[in-house]
Amino acid sequence: MRPLITTVPILAAVVAAAVLHDSGSAEACAGLIGSNGAVNLGRTTTLAAYHDGVEHYVTAFQFQGGGGEFGTLIPLPGVPTNVERGGGWTLQRLQLETSIVPLSDSAGRASAAGGGASEILKTRIDALDITVLEGGGPDVAVWAEEHGFRLSPDAPEVLDFYAARSPIFLAALFDGAAAAERGQQIGDGTPVHITIPTSNPWVPLRILGLGKQAEDRIDADVFLLTDSKPAPLPQPGAKMALAYSQAASETLLTDLRSDENSAWVPESAWLTKLAINSPTSDLKFDLAVDTSGKNKPSQVAAGLVALPRTGGPVASGDAFGESVAWALGAIASIAILALLVRRRTRASRES
Amino acid sequence: MSKLITMLFVAGGALVIAGCGGSARADHATIEIHYSSFVQKEVEVPAGVPVSITLKNEDPIEHEWIVGTADVHQRHRTGTEPFHGTIPTEVTIPAFERRVTTITFEHPGDLLYICHLAGHEQYGMVGTLHVVEG
Repeated sequence: MRPLITTVPILAAVVAAAVLHDSGSAEACAGLIGSNGAVNLGRTTTLAAYHDGVEHYVTAFQFQGGGGEFGTLIPLPGVPTNVERGGGWTLQRLQLETSIVPLSDSAGRASAAGGGASEILKTRIDALDITVLEGGGPDVAVWAEEHGFRLSPDAPEVLDFYAARSPIFLAALFDGAAAAERGQQIGDGTPVHITIPTSNPWVPLRILGLGKQAEDRIDADVFLLTDSKPAPLPQPGAKMALAYSQAASETLLTDLRSDENSAWVPESAWLTKLAINSPTSDLKFDLAVDTSGKNKPSQVAAGLVALPRTGGPVASGDAFGESVAWALGAIASIAILALLVRRRTRASRES
Repeated sequence: MSKLITMLFVAGGALVIAGCGGSARADHATIEIHYSSFVQKEVEVPAGVPVSITLKNEDPIEHEWIVGTADVHQRHRTGTEPFHGTIPTEVTIPAFERRVTTITFEHPGDLLYICHLAGHEQYGMVGTLHVVEG
């Protein structure tokens, strides 16, 4: 049992959704690299919720065509106890809620390779083969390569960036052929709900740039659902604008709670929407949020403090003297590492 | 005594200079790869003699080291060879491994070395080999 799991008294939730080209949709995105090296704009919608020391993370993996198989690697703040099908429309409902309400006036405050990655959970949801891994960045990279993923050149550094804070990753392999057999169409999403006991939720943002060129822009919507008005880090600004901030309506929370596997949705919460519009080269951080009232979101959780190559999850009262981001509703996890799946034949690989 | 100390400093300094970076002219060179980048962006080697080049891949992913003219690189940008191991100027370095290749560069001049795996050149995996009169 990880420390501090039961010490988090707050109720917090975070929805992170990155959107390419259509900031009005509820879809998040990550660059998925095809077997020919081309970048496919795969879209993924994600929701992370934090309640009583347990993170509920919901994301939807969407097939964008192109054939073959595609993989996604998601850094997680802790070891999940369950991975199951998620609610079918939760993310869309949240996007709808924030799209029709005007902006609140309360803006502005609101490892070296070790013994290899360990597979600690495996499951299949529709056409997705999901494996939860524990290991350092190099361990996870080796595992991915051995299981048919092809990592983009920035992956070694990005995996180390995340593994230094939490050595837990979720690898999802989307089987296009299996999806076709199930009748899934391009654009159809498979929602996945991940339950993660953790004292240190955070929202990965840097991962959204994986596999992209430095000048490529990242447009993303990040939703936070927390017990109280959060203090985010970095502060909202030109590259991460505060687009919505007010108490979540009872109607919204009731709707969310009625979706599949969503009984954990709290009775009351504060809803925040942050709109990210940044070139990939500038998005080198994650999002930390403090809802404790201390207004001290963790620089470690935000990825603003360099950590050793190997290390475990950030704990409250860590050596950096950071306040824990337990306020963070965060959650996190999310991050979608775009990887590509490469068949070991390497037939389509460049020379 | 002071002259001896001075000589030792001079000799030590020369050794340091000779051992640093990839720009020293020698019949051997080491090029390290870390975070999908050639640590030694420039390496100087003599023409007309066999040069041993050690390639150290510190990354958990595979890389390539291909040195040659613009034509060579253009061919590899669209090539489909899955593995390089028989041509001294074209080397595949698996994750966490090292390879040693020996090449005789006949003529002085600058040649680029590039990793042509998908996206790696765009990410910056490019270096320059300065072949100089031996």
